[in-house]
Amino acid sequence: MNETSTRRIVIEPVTRVEGHGKVTILLDEQQQVRQARLHIVEFRGFERFIQGRPFWEAPVLVQRLCGICPVSHHLAAAKAMDRIVGVDRLSPTAEKMRRLMHYGQIFQSHALHFFHLVSPDLLFGFDADPTVRNIVGVARKFPELAKQGVLMRKFGQEVIRATAGKKIHGTGAIPGGVNKNLSIAERDALLEEAEPMLEWSLAALKIARDYTLEHQSELADFAAFPSSHMCLVRPDGGLDLYDGRLRAIDADGEVIFDQLDDQRYSEQIVEEVRSWSYMKFPFIRDLGPEKGWYRVGPLSRMSACESIETPEAEKARREFIDFAGGRPSTLSMAYHWARMIELLHAYEKVIELLDDPDLQGDELLLRGERREEAVGIIEAPRGTLIHHYRVNADDQITMANLIVSTTHNNEPMNRAVTGVARRYLSGATITEGLLNRVEVAIRAYDPCLSCATHAMGQMPLVVTLVGPDGEVIDRRSRP
Amino acid sequence: MSGTIEFFIDGRPVTGRAGQTILEAAEDNGIYIPRLCHMKGLTPYGGCRVCTCLVNSRAQAACTQPIAPGLIVDSDSEAVREIRRQIIEMLFVEGNHFCMFCEKSGSCELQALAYRFGITAPRHPYLFPRREVDATHAGVFVDHNRCVLCGRCVRASRQSDGKAVFGFVGRGPGRRVAVNASGGLGRTEAATADAAMRACPVGAILVRGEAYATPIGRRPYDHQPIGSDVEEGGTP
Ligand code: FES
Repeated sequence: MNETSTRRIVIEPVTRVEGHGKVTILLDEQQQVRQARLHIVEFRGFERFIQGRPFWEAPVLVQRLCGICPVSHHLAAAKAMDRIVGVDRLSPTAEKMRRLMHYGQIFQSHALHFFHLVSPDLLFGFDADPTVRNIVGVARKFPELAKQGVLMRKFGQEVIRATAGKKIHGTGAIPGGVNKNLSIAERDALLEEAEPMLEWSLAALKIARDYTLEHQSELADFAAFPSSHMCLVRPDGGLDLYDGRLRAIDADGEVIFDQLDDQRYSEQIVEEVRSWSYMKFPFIRDLGPEKGWYRVGPLSRMSACESIETPEAEKARREFIDFAGGRPSTLSMAYHWARMIELLHAYEKVIELLDDPDLQGDELLLRGERREEAVGIIEAPRGTLIHHYRVNADDQITMANLIVSTTHNNEPMNRAVTGVARRYLSGATITEGLLNRVEVAIRAYDPCLSCATHAMGQMPLVVTLVGPDGEVIDRRSRP
Repeated sequence: MSGTIEFFIDGRPVTGRAGQTILEAAEDNGIYIPRLCHMKGLTPYGGCRVCTCLVNSRAQAACTQPIAPGLIVDSDSEAVREIRRQIIEMLFVEGNHFCMFCEKSGSCELQALAYRFGITAPRHPYLFPRREVDATHAGVFVDHNRCVLCGRCVRASRQSDGKAVFGFVGRGPGRRVAVNASGGLGRTEAATADAAMRACPVGAILVRGEAYATPIGRRPYDHQPIGSDVEEGGTP
């Protein structure tokens, strides 16, 4: 069947902030869902804009790519530029300052996503009135929880400020190191605020965990599917969000590749272009474009790593793995649980680092032998983030290729939406229930397009049902 | 005392020495007159007009105008401030100034002036000119996107370095700073240590290896508006 004879339902977020997306659901003539497509407008113009710019500008410039995880871009570009200036190993002070910045970012990003966007769905249920199912509703019914969310995010931002110089768009990481250490005063100010965060992180984790356990059977039928997973791991297979080598596992947990040097990512990760999307579809070379897609992000990291070095998060990880039966979880909604384990881990790492006297060290910058090409990979809050650059002898960037987390999760998000549409679309009417569930499924991946939703805590949607001849049969929207 | 000249700035009686410009004398009296093309140690140029004052009711560049007995200088009225604001805004739209990722941010005089004048967005449309970068010199990176044609590098090269590395070419909107070799700065006698390489008030001439090295919070204009050093009691 060709596309013109299928019926199309279009779900379109109204707001055009970074990563504006829309969903098209293609129906066949039997009114069955053939496929769902999530369209994300990705700003690729950047890769051209940066050509000719001096390489040291990249870590600061790339932060403008995305309003939601600038620190991740900052650090991924800085990691690549470390290699460009010939530094494979930063000074302990520089590496720990970078890590502190990164864990601060993970903490604030996960806290924002969970409390602001996800908690209304989990606390009130998908079908609750949207006028209640939002952060204002949470603040009314669970004021303590809402307050904790705000303070946790603020704490993460303060960590970023102390390491990068500013809460957003800082300059802390520079090629070969950092431009500042952490003063005793800055350290003590952070430690003072950190006190209640452990308890709050554990409480947030419990909400996500309990929700998943209580709704286990429902969630098994909601945007759940087996998949491969990819993330960075340490040499011993442990979780490392800042640095490591790439590992990919299949749906059974079997290793596809492991300890792949980040500089050689392109030996395994290939990007495919599809005519209907601006966003590329990456796949694992050995498995091919059909089977080679994979997930990234918290769920993948929990599934693919063998341990977490911090005790509370490791305890939580073990419980998560037991729940999944020792295999990679298939549930899109388990992202939330995994994300809260990482929130806890980030907290533990922040505390561990704040205790480390290396942060007051003076060796900030190193230099080595100049290189012409380098890759920087980091586990951003949303998943693996790859920055790849070539730099000429005059220090100008001649090539930039970025693969962002949302791009890795492109195919999985399409599958998640397809699954939801198959399960919840009935007839030629778009119900509020379908709308909610499409939104919830996409949100599980915390894609960059949720930039558009952070402001109001809800994904603005227009749903259009289009018949075989292109006529609009039904339309449903939510501001 | 002969050689001492009395005049008025913003209604305040001030004294200066014969031969001083309004800008210099003001500074000695702890009064900051905003400027961009003016740089201590270089001959006054009068190019940017940011220092415009109303001198006996006529618009004059304070950096070139000599003082005279009884002059009435208006430097801080709303009318003067508006003239300066317009000039600064025009400088922004004429080039490609992306402060958000520019390494000069926090120590850029143009940016600092904009902050001092409370300019958040220019009222004129951006021209987005097509400009070049010159990366041919091993120690210095030149980005014409940010050049404001203040000529400080041109004068510094001649007057401080005894060279003529930089010069103006073209006229009107086509005017730009060029180097005296066809292959770019790298083909000239420019040295990284030249005063000309430190003369740029914006991020157009950058010594390599220093980008973002000063953390946010410790850059010259992070906490104090440009001119504060002058206003805190005058220069020594
Ligand atoms: S400072 Fe007087 S004209 Fe530029």
